[in-house]
Amino acid sequence: MSFFTTRNAVVKKGTLISLVLLFASLAMWEWGFQFLGVPRFIVPPASEVVKESVQMWQTNHLLMHTGITAAEVIAGFVLGSLLGAGIGYLLGMSPTAEFALSPYILALQIAPKVAFAPLFILWMGFTIYPKILVAVLIVFFPVLINVLTAIRAIDFDLINLARSFKATRGQIFWNIEFPSSMPQLFAGLRIGSTLAVVGVTVGELVGGNLGLGYLLVIGQGQADTPMVFVSILMLTLIGGVAYLAVVLLEGRVLHYSSSRTRRLS
Amino acid sequence: MFRLEYRDVTMNFPAAKGAGTVTAILKVTFSIRDGEVVSLIGPSGCGKSTLLNIGSGLYAASKGQTFVDGERVEGPSAHVAFMLQKDLLLPWRTIRENVMFGMQIQGHSRADCRRRADELLTSFHLAEFAHRYPDQLSGGMRQRVALARTLAVDPTVLLLDEPFSAIDAQTRIVLQRDLARTLTAARKTALLITHDLFEAVTLADRVLVMSPRPGRIIDEIKIEIPDRDDPIKRRRHPNVEQYVERLMELLDIGHSA
Repeated sequence: MSFFTTRNAVVKKGTLISLVLLFASLAMWEWGFQFLGVPRFIVPPASEVVKESVQMWQTNHLLMHTGITAAEVIAGFVLGSLLGAGIGYLLGMSPTAEFALSPYILALQIAPKVAFAPLFILWMGFTIYPKILVAVLIVFFPVLINVLTAIRAIDFDLINLARSFKATRGQIFWNIEFPSSMPQLFAGLRIGSTLAVVGVTVGELVGGNLGLGYLLVIGQGQADTPMVFVSILMLTLIGGVAYLAVVLLEGRVLHYSSSRTRRLS
Repeated sequence: MFRLEYRDVTMNFPAAKGAGTVTAILKVTFSIRDGEVVSLIGPSGCGKSTLLNIGSGLYAASKGQTFVDGERVEGPSAHVAFMLQKDLLLPWRTIRENVMFGMQIQGHSRADCRRRADELLTSFHLAEFAHRYPDQLSGGMRQRVALARTLAVDPTVLLLDEPFSAIDAQTRIVLQRDLARTLTAARKTALLITHDLFEAVTLADRVLVMSPRPGRIIDEIKIEIPDRDDPIKRRRHPNVEQYVERLMELLDIGHSA
């Protein structure tokens, strides 16, 4: 293998390897476990999971539950990102505020956010709101920290350049600080998009009778492993779509950077 | 008439460790006439950049005063523009938008900014790159864009802090010539900080020499060579070597080492 592999060759070869891996793991799933003597109720073969998902679609309102979970994920992600970014910029612009608030932010960051789920359900009942709130809380931090780090890392000479043209505080923010923070804001959003699914799922597991988390609980109660598998797959799908949406938006916003190749991870 | 004037300027910084202060520059006094280009040389850390930051109004001097066009400097002024070793181009703006940046901040209309930016880009042979992004340009081109951005706001005084020290030697010679031509044609006043003694001599009317910290002006040398607008021609002048030798002596280069 040559050391100097072209991008094109990497894509070609990588795609091929990826596809081979996909079929290998699907085959392993379908026949491998049975061959190794793993019972069907522990790991149901792929075909059974597909059959189960069709059945769940017809009798368990799979689409509705998926839709509800997706809506909660989107709401939690959008609200959490806005809140995290907003507070990140405010703290970034005020070192005093950051200094004063940093112990509390740190404490909240260390606290396991999913542990708040039962509390939120006590407060808000078996509605969609506690689930959204867990997602908001869990998305909030990576976005906040990334924005804050980005603002801290701005080259002070850039700020001075703007100042030398007599820029106002607002002009410095909108012309230098805000656009400078975009790459890191998007790094935070990427993490946030996957964490939102975690928050919502935990919320649904803890209480209520809606969403994929609820189907997980049902599946567990009935020892219906295929149902659990289907729910996990759908949750992964929702997270994947959310992540992809962020990546596509990032590609549009950060179009100016040539060093930025389209990566998915 | 003096365009830029330093009177007894002293700058103290809080010491990095413990109490007390460090004096970066001490009682610096000099003035630059209209249309004059003055180089400032001195050992690393002697406070050259500090002097420039005070002149641009970004930092206030501990003691003493600075004047631009006879007016006391009390903050950034529209008459002064600075350019650093780093091009400080904004990667999310196109080349044209980068040149427009200072003008936009100062509130000129978009059409005015565009027209001025296009004029400058044409004169710097960058017109075909107007729609490109900084990442797509070489270091030399980027620095030329930075110079265009500096000139776009039509300052009377340019403060240049080692503008070409990060550029490869061949491109540097071309950029020096471009700068010299522009400064002469537009009759701009400039203070040029540099570590390159040939640059200091070939670009300027006068060279100021600073001492190690705390920086003071220890000498001033008038460069009496014609063709200030053409440093390439000047470089070949037989007296250049003597001036450079003199500066080396003043900076104690080649004696202590």
